[in-house]
Amino acid sequence: MKKDSEFLSGMAAGIPIGLGYLSVSFGFGIAAVRLGISVLSAVIISFTNLTSAGQAQGIEIISSGGTLAEMALVQLVINLRYALMGISLSQNLDKGFTLRHRLIAAYGITDEIFALCSTRKKPVTPSYMYGIIVVSSFGWTAGTFLGAAAGEILPAELIAAMGLMLYGMFIAIIVPPAAEKRSVLLVVICASGLSILCKYVLTFMSGGFAVIFCGMAASLVGAVFFPIKEEQKE
Amino acid sequence: MTIALYIAVMAGVTYLIRALPFGFFSKKIKSQFIRSFLYYIPYAVLAAMTIPAIFYSTGNFITASVGTVIALVLAYFRLPLIVVALAASMAAFGVGFFV
Repeated sequence: MKKDSEFLSGMAAGIPIGLGYLSVSFGFGIAAVRLGISVLSAVIISFTNLTSAGQAQGIEIISSGGTLAEMALVQLVINLRYALMGISLSQNLDKGFTLRHRLIAAYGITDEIFALCSTRKKPVTPSYMYGIIVVSSFGWTAGTFLGAAAGEILPAELIAAMGLMLYGMFIAIIVPPAAEKRSVLLVVICASGLSILCKYVLTFMSGGFAVIFCGMAASLVGAVFFPIKEEQKE
Repeated sequence: MTIALYIAVMAGVTYLIRALPFGFFSKKIKSQFIRSFLYYIPYAVLAAMTIPAIFYSTGNFITASVGTVIALVLAYFRLPLIVVALAASMAAFGVGFFV
């Protein structure tokens, strides 16, 4: 009973992610087919990888006939942030999160799912995380299929507007705590400023690296100047 | 080289990066410094992913900006994630007919 409601609330929380993924992976599906990858392969890649930047680079390597070592290294570097997120997330888990559950749920550690889980007030249960993962993974895989199989059918304006959904969700996660806590607000402003710097000035930095760099630097500033006391953290 | 091999390596590496730390790191971190750092990480990462990328997300700076403002306002009033995300997206879609 309790398990079911956790799973359902996870699914509900995952809807914006699923819809956002649907639109983003739609673009991935189109790109994959253009690079000569079959619809089935594109769908399998999305289902097994569940990540945007790594997949985008991955299909480039496949189509250019790169080596497997190159593939492994690129994936390692681009996705390294998930290791950090996994450690962070491990601090807010329900007692029922056994090793088996962790090894299954690890499949679903993405930027968005991580953000949703780690900003939850209650400890994260396996059922809750599975609920988010099922909806997200479905959206990501289905979007890839639709993009690969029928990319040219939907009106372009609608696809373009859907691109805003994921970011809209990010804002909905960030703004309430930032409005409440000055420290969060300053960390957010710091990270945004650094990100703008990376985008327009430090252009040698790839997108994946820039996010790691900005996120870590701003959090470091936060930890140095605004340490969180145990009881403040709810 | 068959594509199956590529996909296996890709998926295998990506899974291991996720599963090893998440699966086997289970002790509570005591250090206030590291706890604080980890507390800020999601907000900082999300902010870095959102700004400035959100302004490019629809392919049109004006529609994206309108959507961003709508999202900021609705988020400030603590509307649910799905409402904020859909409203921002629909606002951008609507404005798209006029620009």
